[in-house]
Amino acid sequence: MAHTGRRDAPELPDFSLLKRLARDQLIYLLEQLPGKKDLFIDADLMSLLDRIANVTTLKQHEVDKLYKVELKPIVSTSDQLCFLIRPRIQTVKWIADIVNSDKASGRFRRYKIIFTPQKFYACETVLEEQGVYGDVTTDEWAFYLLPLDDDIISLELPEFFRDNFLEGDQRWVTTAGSALRLVYSLYGPFSKVYGIGRCAKMVYESWRDQVEDGEQKARQPEIGNVFLIDRDVDFVTPLCSQVVYEGLVDDIFRIKCGSVEFGPEVTSSDKSLKVMVNSQDKVFNEIRNEHFSNVFGFLSQKARNLQTAYDKRRGMDIQQMKTFVSEELKGLKQEHRLLSLHIGASECIMKKKTKQDFQELLKTEHSLLEGFEVRECISFIEEHINRQVRQHKQSKTIVVDLLRTQRCRSSLCSYNLINRNISYGIEHLLTFANLKQIGLLVEQQPGETLTVMESKVGKLVNDKTAGKLTDAFSSLAKKSNFRALSKRLVLIPKSGEEYDLRVPRDMAYIFSGAYIPLSCKLIEQVLERDGWTGLEEVTRMLNGHEFAVTGGTNGTEARIKTDPQRIILVMFLGGCTYSEISALRFLGREKGYKFIVLTTAITNSARLLEALLDNHA
Amino acid sequence: MTRPKPEDDEYWNSSKFSAFTFDDEDDEFTKMKESKRAVNSMLVDDDDDDDDVEKVSWSGEPIGSISWSVKETASSIRSSGEQSFPKIDITPSLPKQGSGYSLSSLFKGKQSKQFQSFSESFTDTSVRAYAPELRKPKSECKDYMSDWSPEETVRRMRKGKVFSLERFRSLQEKLLLLDEAVSENDGNVITAVLIYLKKSLSKEILFRELMLREIALRHYVHYLKEMGEQKLLVELMKALGRTDDMALMQYKEHLNIKDEGQRRDFLKNCLSLPFSQDDAIHVQDHYTLLERQIIIEANDKRGDAEIFKKFPRKASILNMPIITTLYYSCFYHYGESDGTFSSPANIRKTFRISEKQYILTALGARAKLKSWFDVDSLFNTKNWLGYTKKRSPIGFHRVVDILQKNNAPVQVLQEYMNLIDDPELKLSLAQKYKCHDIVIDTYRDLKDRQQLIVYRGKVERGSKEDKKIEELLCNMQIRWKN
Repeated sequence: MAHTGRRDAPELPDFSLLKRLARDQLIYLLEQLPGKKDLFIDADLMSLLDRIANVTTLKQHEVDKLYKVELKPIVSTSDQLCFLIRPRIQTVKWIADIVNSDKASGRFRRYKIIFTPQKFYACETVLEEQGVYGDVTTDEWAFYLLPLDDDIISLELPEFFRDNFLEGDQRWVTTAGSALRLVYSLYGPFSKVYGIGRCAKMVYESWRDQVEDGEQKARQPEIGNVFLIDRDVDFVTPLCSQVVYEGLVDDIFRIKCGSVEFGPEVTSSDKSLKVMVNSQDKVFNEIRNEHFSNVFGFLSQKARNLQTAYDKRRGMDIQQMKTFVSEELKGLKQEHRLLSLHIGASECIMKKKTKQDFQELLKTEHSLLEGFEVRECISFIEEHINRQVRQHKQSKTIVVDLLRTQRCRSSLCSYNLINRNISYGIEHLLTFANLKQIGLLVEQQPGETLTVMESKVGKLVNDKTAGKLTDAFSSLAKKSNFRALSKRLVLIPKSGEEYDLRVPRDMAYIFSGAYIPLSCKLIEQVLERDGWTGLEEVTRMLNGHEFAVTGGTNGTEARIKTDPQRIILVMFLGGCTYSEISALRFLGREKGYKFIVLTTAITNSARLLEALLDNHA
Repeated sequence: MTRPKPEDDEYWNSSKFSAFTFDDEDDEFTKMKESKRAVNSMLVDDDDDDDDVEKVSWSGEPIGSISWSVKETASSIRSSGEQSFPKIDITPSLPKQGSGYSLSSLFKGKQSKQFQSFSESFTDTSVRAYAPELRKPKSECKDYMSDWSPEETVRRMRKGKVFSLERFRSLQEKLLLLDEAVSENDGNVITAVLIYLKKSLSKEILFRELMLREIALRHYVHYLKEMGEQKLLVELMKALGRTDDMALMQYKEHLNIKDEGQRRDFLKNCLSLPFSQDDAIHVQDHYTLLERQIIIEANDKRGDAEIFKKFPRKASILNMPIITTLYYSCFYHYGESDGTFSSPANIRKTFRISEKQYILTALGARAKLKSWFDVDSLFNTKNWLGYTKKRSPIGFHRVVDILQKNNAPVQVLQEYMNLIDDPELKLSLAQKYKCHDIVIDTYRDLKDRQQLIVYRGKVERGSKEDKKIEELLCNMQIRWKN
């Protein structure tokens, strides 16, 4: 769809280099273990591997059979076993068991573990403790960055979120630092780095540390500025239901590693189809950032155009027909295929959403954002809980709700707690403990100073022991700021005005004009002000940890807005959503920037909450 | 090389020490003298020592070989009961990062510059304690010197270089090392240090120190979780006074128990754990629920009753949430007396289920069975004059939604639709579900002639509805507003 906005946006750097680098490294590592070998791959590395190499590449380097790591006894007959895994204790324990059972049965093999992107001491300790250190050689495949699209790079580390923000384990800080370092050495040097969040600070430090150790050749920078942001700075945005096409596709079909599997209900045949969804898909590329309400109109227009193009054939002479077939037909056919796929997907989205009372869910979310009709919202949520409507969707709403309703929070919270336990199973007690830990769920504590405002509503439930007072206190102080924040940053556009979703005014269009994502708004503001000046109150409400630093050498140069200066790398620590990416693309078009999103993983409300679920062993 | 004095010769010859090659450092002579003194002093002090051990350790075997390391282990075992290293200078001022192969440079590093009275300085301490150091191999000597500080060690760990933590033996050193790792923010290194501390400190001491170090503590907890060291984790939580976390952690174990009988017994044991007040109620419910489900399951598994033949169960009721259990009971055990465990009333009472929740669940279950009579009686209330009136804690539009989803016939739908107060809402629902009568009646009540005319286009020509509209439009008694 035609977008007005600045057309002089700079070109994006070429990230395919990252794939080549990763492939070469992997090949090198495989060659370190000459001879035929069986390769065991961690399940979540398979799609990743698919993006950069194929089975032929592996076979060329004497990989005999491929297996998925399933933590079960293995059947391989090979004399050499190679394991390509994420550094997880559980997987290493499984490998140690294999080695030990081989030993017990007098079988001799060679074992090699390739950890990616790095190994952890804790994993090596497992090998040591199990008595197989030395029997197993280890290596690292420093594959940090997978380009998912022209402007999206992912670390594909969904566990970053839980490990860092829930467990408080900083094991991935250095990994993120190294990833940034890699970008820096290939596309830097950066002139400015902005950031907010505790993890962002640590990653910055780690990166700086690593840069100091190595040397950087003087080269023309391709990326000028960097923005680091922690996911816990803004939990509200990823918990909102997505209504931009790409976000919807992710919410409903789950985009994995840049590809999505459309089931028979979409392909209108009896088999599923896996397709890549990125800028290479011409049809998708035009609708991905659109509000869903525009998508149907666009697709039908597109279909008409296609028909016209096909119709040209009529009345052609042989010669014309020949050129048509050789030049246009293939393109048309491809477009035809893509078009029917996305129409199918849109229909499916419509069907699913109608079934879910999506309209009402959205209405509830938006009212909650604005803080209106809190009581109605609560009863909506309550009813859905009672009816056991799909779990994550609901728990999500609750969470969104808890973030925002201050007045009714205490009563609501305990009410929901009880309700949810009744409806979804009591073991979710553990999930709630997690939600509390991460600050998404706040409990009323007796004797809090903040209860001045709360007490007006009347303390309905107030029998908590003061055990986790400090925890809850800090998160309360932090989270209850949403209303103030949204006022300060004007995140909620004035209601009452018509919002034309065809011609978006601002980033709020990604949420039907109801809410500008906090994360993206922060980025916009900081870039505009070239730092955090004037945002002191905002950062205070976000618990601080903001920074803005200028690279030493070319401080003066940075003033001039050269092309690379307008290419901005935004690194999301803990994941980002497709909606946020759409918002940033919009912002880029408006302001003449190009944003590159570097994220630890693509996330959405379901993934975010799944990471916090604790109802399984 | 400077020739040693004759009395030294004796020693050198008697041992195989000459096999060493001394590096050509600048002040070799002093070093040599130092080494000699050192060696002498050791001989003096260690005269009561077992000769064999001395010989072995000074044998000049290729250092770092397996045999050497075996001996190293042996010697460290022997000296373990004695006084440990003297206080360590955290930031040694090394004169030189020399090869370290010579004993002298080792001593120099240790004793810094005031080296004149090496042997003297030794006399008051247990020299044996120094022996392991002396036996360090060349390569390690170097590391030993340069990696002395926690900063350097942590730096090496972060870079993935060779390091050794065994040198951090006093509590203070260990803690300095831990604090340094934490200050560098590298979780991988923090955990590595913690693993070492776990092995080398008693848990009481470690727990005590972790209490003061939140970041390290969280790494430790996560590590224990990943390693599956449940017992230790529980102990840790207890030591920290986080009893409700401890209780939750123990409670979580039930997820690993497959057999429902065992699970129930486990939950029963959990009841005595120090949960927070809210959690305690839930755990009690969990136990009661499972106990109840086991009884119901045992009875229903055979499926003798007619309802089970008509609507066979898709899954067992075990481990289902409370609401599902209630639904199940409303589906299969509706109308049972309050006294039975499987009756809806009993479940409702036991688990303190609100009226709203109860109505919603029962409605769903009875509508699924198409027992419209039961649905009816759910909402019937008698007022004090004895009239029955329909009343619902949930909006009637919701009731209609649920009924419609269960394919209720139009008559039933209409009955409940008529109970919706808000005409707008009533209209939109009636149109959505094609309840023509209601739409027509509502327009009539609203006196909206125009809409009625429009609606006429939506019904089949000549149908009952069409005729009804026709009649209404011709009715002169209605005062249309438009």
